[in-house]
Amino acid sequence: MSRTLPVLTVVAAILLVWYLGAIGMNAQWARDQAARAETQLTTSALIADTLTQDRPVLPAPHQVAAGLWDGIAGQKITSKRSLIYHAWVTLSATLAGFGIGSLAGILLAVGIVHSRAMDQSVMPWAVASQTVPILAIAPMVIVVFASAGVTGLLPKAIIAAWLSFFPVLVGMVKGLRTPDGMQLDLMKSWSASGPQVFWRLRLPSSLPYLFASLKIGVAAALVGTIVGELPAGATAGLGARLLSGSYYGQTVQIWSALFTAAALAALLVMLIDLIQRLVLKRMGLGG
Amino acid sequence: MKAVLIIGVWLAAWALNIWLSRRDTRLTRFLVAAIFGATILILWEMIVRLYQVPSVILPAPSQIAASFGSNLGILWTDFVQTILKGALTGWVLGALAATLTAIAVDRSPFLQRGLLPIGNFVAALPIVGLAPILVMWFGFDWHSKAAVVVVMVFFPILVNMVAGLAATDAMQRDLMATWAAPYRASLWKMRLPAAMPFLFNGLKITTTLALIGAIVAEFFGSPTKGMGFRISTAVGRLDLPLVWAEICVAAIAGSLFYGIVALIEKKVTFWHPSQRNQRG
Repeated sequence: MSRTLPVLTVVAAILLVWYLGAIGMNAQWARDQAARAETQLTTSALIADTLTQDRPVLPAPHQVAAGLWDGIAGQKITSKRSLIYHAWVTLSATLAGFGIGSLAGILLAVGIVHSRAMDQSVMPWAVASQTVPILAIAPMVIVVFASAGVTGLLPKAIIAAWLSFFPVLVGMVKGLRTPDGMQLDLMKSWSASGPQVFWRLRLPSSLPYLFASLKIGVAAALVGTIVGELPAGATAGLGARLLSGSYYGQTVQIWSALFTAAALAALLVMLIDLIQRLVLKRMGLGG
Repeated sequence: MKAVLIIGVWLAAWALNIWLSRRDTRLTRFLVAAIFGATILILWEMIVRLYQVPSVILPAPSQIAASFGSNLGILWTDFVQTILKGALTGWVLGALAATLTAIAVDRSPFLQRGLLPIGNFVAALPIVGLAPILVMWFGFDWHSKAAVVVVMVFFPILVNMVAGLAATDAMQRDLMATWAAPYRASLWKMRLPAAMPFLFNGLKITTTLALIGAIVAEFFGSPTKGMGFRISTAVGRLDLPLVWAEICVAAIAGSLFYGIVALIEKKVTFWHPSQRNQRG
């Protein structure tokens, strides 16, 4: 664990910069207030004021922590002010979309590896589509679905699925192609059938690639869901929380929604990492 | 009858592709991909026309092309505002900042060990969420969009660049040491060139991120031009062909942006195995 100390140092440095930034950016408002009240602020009073404002330009870390604590523990889970409620709305759409997207990606990858026509038709477009800012049209997809009468979890899940689909597809194709000629020849010399080659050689050797792209895919799915919650009309979810915070100048609310989203992303990636370790350990790859 | 027609076109194109893909030359590879793309467009047009799908839900490719042609002026202003001013400025600033930070961090193994896990962690976070905050700080014009892009591209490039600066092996470093090369010379002549493939990997990943950041940030507030602004207002007016035309612009800009970076990469890292193979 030689990493702990350096990581803690960097975190401490970030917190310090954050506090300094909060003091610097909120000072103007504090000075204006003091000038309006025709009082002089001492330096210590100024600093104290910058760290306790209701609507600071940059909330101090402890304010964000308080906002997070209030959102997570201070409300009933069913309350519209509970971050757990909003996180759940976002998480359920993310997981549904991620499930659909990665399953479709895996299936299509299997098809691509086994059919040359499919490979040459689909792969160039799949790779090219990576350079297109698909995420930017997410809100439009929501609005179009809403005008067709489809609302709720499904449109968000479709965006999440679309975003997680391509990383999984590209990673899985790469993974299924890792067995080299020697290994394939060996399978052939055992007169293995097509399905046997797939289940016993291609699939196991693709798993490290699959897990790596699943991690990218789940992060992309979460971002997609959050952006999908941005258009007006969405009332629940972390994205809606971000938007309403930005409309009403509730900076603490924005930052706590942001940190909830970050925690959610970290949790999902860690979960896949855990599954990866367990699976690879049982397979005897990496420990 | 309609469905039979659509499926017929699909099967015919697919059969043609299967036949072509058996020949496996460079030309057929290109043709197969092109035919697949064209088939999708034709089927799209057929479905919209035959089933009379309202353009509010899905406009036909021909309608999108018509809208593209008649709105060239608007599309160009939006392109300049969002891509050239917002995304490109932010991307260049972010890439410069990340590269310089990586070089600074590189001198201290302690900082490196602390910064890398955090950088990896931040690179996976939904940073787009910072957009409303940065729009609040930097105002509605392109400066706030560039700021969002800077934050979005910084960490992926930083992580790649730090890994790249560590990519020289002990033998190479020893060789520089036997020549008594000072830090600057070994950085300039050995480690920066060795880091280039990693740097370009980061640069290529972040081209898409830059466009996404610039467009999404406009949903939180923008002047009356820009691609994000146009997309959200055109959706409000149910002018879907214009929305799709903007998406086409975004797709073309994204591919061009990526292509240009990949081209520069080819020139700069011509010595790297992944580039050498393509030349022979």
